[in-house]
Amino acid sequence: MAPVATTEATVLDLATSSTRAVNERLTSPEAPKTVTVTGPQGAHALACGLDSDIDVTIEGHVGYYCAGMNQHATVTVTGNAGVGVAENMMSGTVRIKGDASQSAGATAHGGLLVIDGNAAARCGISMKGVDIVVGGNIGHMSAFMGQAGRLVVLGDAGEALGDSLYEARIYVRGTVASLGADCIKKEMREEHLTELRELLDAAGFDADPSEFTRYGSARQLYNFHVDNASAY
Amino acid sequence: MNTPNPALRESATFDRGVISEIQRAAETGIYDIRGWGAKRKLPHFDDLLFLGASMSRYPLEGYREKCDTDVVLGDRNAKFPLHLDIPITIAGMSFGALSGQAKEALGRGASEVGTSTTTGDGGMTPEERGQSKNLVYQYLPSRYGMNPDDLRKADAIEIVLGQGAKPGGGGMLLGQKITERVAGMRTLPMGVDQRSACRHPDWTGPDDLAIKIIELREITNWEKPIYIKVGATRTYYDVKLAVKAGADVVVVDGMQGGTAATQDVFIEHVGIPTLAAIPQAVQALQELGVHRKVQLIVSGGIRSGADVAKAMALGADAVAIGTAALIALGDNSPRYAKHYEELGSAAGFYDDFQAGQDPAGITTQDPELSKNLDPVEGGRRLANYLRVLTMEAQTLARACGKSHLRNLEPEDLVALTVEASAMARVPLAGTTWIPGAL
Repeated sequence: MAPVATTEATVLDLATSSTRAVNERLTSPEAPKTVTVTGPQGAHALACGLDSDIDVTIEGHVGYYCAGMNQHATVTVTGNAGVGVAENMMSGTVRIKGDASQSAGATAHGGLLVIDGNAAARCGISMKGVDIVVGGNIGHMSAFMGQAGRLVVLGDAGEALGDSLYEARIYVRGTVASLGADCIKKEMREEHLTELRELLDAAGFDADPSEFTRYGSARQLYNFHVDNASAY
Repeated sequence: MNTPNPALRESATFDRGVISEIQRAAETGIYDIRGWGAKRKLPHFDDLLFLGASMSRYPLEGYREKCDTDVVLGDRNAKFPLHLDIPITIAGMSFGALSGQAKEALGRGASEVGTSTTTGDGGMTPEERGQSKNLVYQYLPSRYGMNPDDLRKADAIEIVLGQGAKPGGGGMLLGQKITERVAGMRTLPMGVDQRSACRHPDWTGPDDLAIKIIELREITNWEKPIYIKVGATRTYYDVKLAVKAGADVVVVDGMQGGTAATQDVFIEHVGIPTLAAIPQAVQALQELGVHRKVQLIVSGGIRSGADVAKAMALGADAVAIGTAALIALGDNSPRYAKHYEELGSAAGFYDDFQAGQDPAGITTQDPELSKNLDPVEGGRRLANYLRVLTMEAQTLARACGKSHLRNLEPEDLVALTVEASAMARVPLAGTTWIPGAL
């Protein structure tokens, strides 16, 4: 495809190009450092598999698995994102200026995912090291089986937060509808306030860490025992 | 079973195995978790026979005339489909469930005879990638160790939706096998039970799967064949949906499939036999017009060249072996009879793969026990076994007049039992009757 060169960034237009062509361009060794993608109209698997420090802005709404398995890149979506945005991200930054559908940041191993709006159910499901900061609310079963990383929620959390949590840490400013199995409220010590402040700063949110509550694993279900059977 | 006193009559309902399990359950309060696949007798390939050629068919000379064995997997969409020399592959078994030496041995053996091996629930190890000419990388619900670099290093990607031993169930790697290395690969603390989810976290059905496959193709530049693996249950529908979702290869794992560790009640009571699954899968592929275009791999209890040939005659393009490969490496060998007895078992019966105490050094993470398996010797044994399977399948195919294993067909088979006839959809021996056929 022939990119349209502008003074600010190379523009790739999905109205005239396929997702395959755009992704090929973004992952090419000769890819420009700054790219704007226009006309996504809910396209799936957009900007997935990026593996360089490229800066990509997608103007509009994206479909499933946008920025999946991202490494090193900075991806900004000006609209909403579909299911599994930044799934299995390894590093880099993904920012959604609108809302995100379910399973945002699923199984992600690293990097920073910022959602300015709300995230639906299962945000951070099975997270393995990623940091996720959500400006609004999150849906039910978020951080289910979360293994590592931090989930920060400036709004409210839905039912069964942190069910079957391992070592991921959760900070919520608003209300929590209910906690999942083995997830408990924990003390906010100074190191947690510091950690939270750094996460909020990195995500660009102005909020007071002291207003948040920390949640984590009670570690009662780490090894199966019949006495715990009723907890499952 | 003999009893000490002929006057004693054992209950058919409460036999000694059942009594022992009730006693064990009452004592521990937890269900039995084990490996080694289904132990009950099930309709199997043994219930089928080949019709060798005589007058109405023309056989090929067993040691003179050529019978090819190669297979191409995943040539529907991928830039680089897999070309295997034999249609017998190694099924996915995780590092964690298996030792590093075992994974290396599998890679060595498979590569020596030109076939593929498969990762498992736990990520890709350098030992396995280094020794495997063709390595299939499993994309599992747990996503342990999943990363795009390893996806790109793989020769094919297998999306696992189910396993024959536990369709609908997740895995459980018990804490005693979680060493520092295993824990690091899975991003979990040492010694903690590792539950593998029963479903993928970021999709909820076949429509989502179609999009997921596109994502994986995009990340790997449309180079790798995409397999979808299902446990054999509603096979006809599952295979149709897998094809619609975009699979290049469908893997159907029957209930005789082995597993490193799952609940006994699951292994014995969920899923359908491999024999029953193949005709359903083939029917689905044929109705979609993609039989032989979307390749079918079947697994679950494959032991001999006869099993291989029968699976292919029923319409499979290739088979995968798991438990048999471990036995070939040395699992349950009489060499370790004394050690098995010390563990309360016996050579040929050992199934506590979850315990991490395998004296053969295969299903363990104990560094001392792992040394009992020499990966070079293990690889040689596996290669020998794969060669035997291939030669056995070839000799049966030649007897049916076939110059390639893929030319075997249902017409070459008859069934010994009414049940097998109905499941495999081949005639009862000596008749033209297939129960249930229209």
